[in-house]
Amino acid sequence: MAPLLDVDSLAVTLPSPRGPLPILHDVSLTVDEGELVGIAGESGCGKSLTAQTLLGLLPPGAAVTGSARYAGTELLGLDARGWQRVRGAGIAMVFQDPSAALHPMLTVGRQLTEHMRVHLRMDRRAAGRRAVELLDQVRIPDPERALRAYPHQFSGGMRQRVAIAIALAARPRLLIADEPTTALDVTVQAGILALLERLRAETGLAVAFITHDLGVLSALTTRGYIFYAGRVVETGPTGSLLTAPTHPYTAALLGARPHGTQTGATLRPIPGAPPAPGEAPPGCPFQPRCGYAEPSCGEAPPPLTPAGVDRSVACVVRPHLEVAA
Amino acid sequence: MTTVNDGEPGAVATTASRPRGAHPLLTFLAKRVAVTAGLLLGVTVVTFGLVNVVPGDPVTANLSDQALNDPAAVAAFREKWGLDQPLWAQYLHYLGNLLHGDLGHSQQTGRAVLDDLLHYVPATLELALPSMVLALLIGTGVGMLAAVRNGRLTDQLVRVGALLGLSTPPFWLSLVVLYVFFYQLGLAPSGGRLSTDFSPPPTVTGMYTVDGALAGQWDVAWDAAQHLSLPVLVLTSLTVAMLVRFVRSAMLEVLQQDYIRAAYAKGLPTRVVLRRHLLRAGLVPVVTVSGLAFASLLSGTVLVESIFGWPGVGQYAYRSATALDLPAILGVSLFVALVYTLVNLTVDLLYGLIDPRIRLS
Repeated sequence: MAPLLDVDSLAVTLPSPRGPLPILHDVSLTVDEGELVGIAGESGCGKSLTAQTLLGLLPPGAAVTGSARYAGTELLGLDARGWQRVRGAGIAMVFQDPSAALHPMLTVGRQLTEHMRVHLRMDRRAAGRRAVELLDQVRIPDPERALRAYPHQFSGGMRQRVAIAIALAARPRLLIADEPTTALDVTVQAGILALLERLRAETGLAVAFITHDLGVLSALTTRGYIFYAGRVVETGPTGSLLTAPTHPYTAALLGARPHGTQTGATLRPIPGAPPAPGEAPPGCPFQPRCGYAEPSCGEAPPPLTPAGVDRSVACVVRPHLEVAA
Repeated sequence: MTTVNDGEPGAVATTASRPRGAHPLLTFLAKRVAVTAGLLLGVTVVTFGLVNVVPGDPVTANLSDQALNDPAAVAAFREKWGLDQPLWAQYLHYLGNLLHGDLGHSQQTGRAVLDDLLHYVPATLELALPSMVLALLIGTGVGMLAAVRNGRLTDQLVRVGALLGLSTPPFWLSLVVLYVFFYQLGLAPSGGRLSTDFSPPPTVTGMYTVDGALAGQWDVAWDAAQHLSLPVLVLTSLTVAMLVRFVRSAMLEVLQQDYIRAAYAKGLPTRVVLRRHLLRAGLVPVVTVSGLAFASLLSGTVLVESIFGWPGVGQYAYRSATALDLPAILGVSLFVALVYTLVNLTVDLLYGLIDPRIRLS
């Protein structure tokens, strides 16, 4: 079966005052129907830009090459009408900060039903009924009343539930969640994650979950992509990816992660900082920060090559990596 | 109001509660009326003081040379207008009359200042209302267009147009408009409120177009509308130029918000995103500027009114000031103060209407 989303060799260049700035390089990834896929990496690595590309929300002047097929349709190069059909009804998005992503001056009901009426051709009453069901589904108490309320009348966690209900309203098959729990309390985060997993199980929704938190990645997703400086450096089933990383960056990320209960364990911060866009070294982008770098690493960015069951890694050295317990 | 509990530990539920007792809107209005009364009192003190400090004698300004040489005539004038009394007595006397709705008599027109205002204000209102409505529609539309086309040719053209409009002196634009549409094309009358063949319609609102229509005198209403066209054209262009830059920057800021991207991400057509999501949010700051623009239009636009021979508040204020006509100057000042406070009140109420977050606080 062909994957629901098939991104192949995607590259995005953004305009800047100092000329075109390449942000994404040769990104390939797939999401199957009903699958929960994680995309992880440090901030600025191109995770969010990938999401924007898949919804056609790039700023004007951005140049995109490669291919991104959703349900067999090529997304890149769609016209305005084509995008309108895909957005909301095919691919939907949940943003990082629900306080910023909900319109402060429109009622929850309005924001929940307006695209339903466009995509599902529902009349006001049918859309209203579905809105109540959706709010119920994301566990908002007293849905009828919530429809008439404004976003500021809800707490942060509730706002994100509302945002998820809005994203689901026009029956999308793929939900892109861009760090949907980063702006929330840790305790609220667990509820949102459980909700996404439940929606996947109940409705067959595919979810691409963007996060910088490897803990969230392992708790929620079955497959993961590790991004670094606009490239996929490693991919595979989340379990094996995080217990037996083959890319030094993945291992370093794991080592830099605090463990909740373990006291006295040494955190190993990754030396240096990720390269700014346009300033990546000619070879492997991680090479300046990598403890295993060899002279050949500086020649060309290593391609993603198969390494074990369902796994790929972009590293020519492939050192034996100690994994933090 | 709605209280929604998160049901998750650690979550903060936002409670927006309404204070018990009077409706918050009534409390708000009562406060504003009290503030307005205080403000108006302050305006009388300041204007009264200023006018009396200004060098210049109403006697020399109003009496002919011949009368000035006659001590009896001067004394009679001083006594008639109370100018022989100490300043504080004059002020208290004025204030006492004011409470009875008596603004005094204009030394110049000889009529009650209130009657003068009731005559001149509708004329100004008839200019200000259509100018403001047109300027709002055009200014918002063009400003939004410039914001959406940020940095592109349309935006540049709008920028240049607004700059030209802002740097054009109103009297010059009035003269150009007169030259083109009256002198060259003969499309519009040169000035005044009505052609000489018509007499004003029975007074209801004091606005000739409205009164003409109310009385069924459509020819009068049409003639009045034609007389309105050129001054309204000038005032609209000036106000649009002022609004456009402001609308543009307000809308640009909203366009960068996540909720606009979220609206696009829902698959809404662009026109819906712009009309429903962008316009609503961008309107809040625009309302403030529009309020100020409207207040300044209502306070009279001396130059435009003079060139088009329009008997409005601006002209009245100008003539009263040059004649040191104290009661009239005070009357106009009070009117302007009232206009500004009323416009500000309306702006505040509109805020609440547009943004529910303001409604509650």
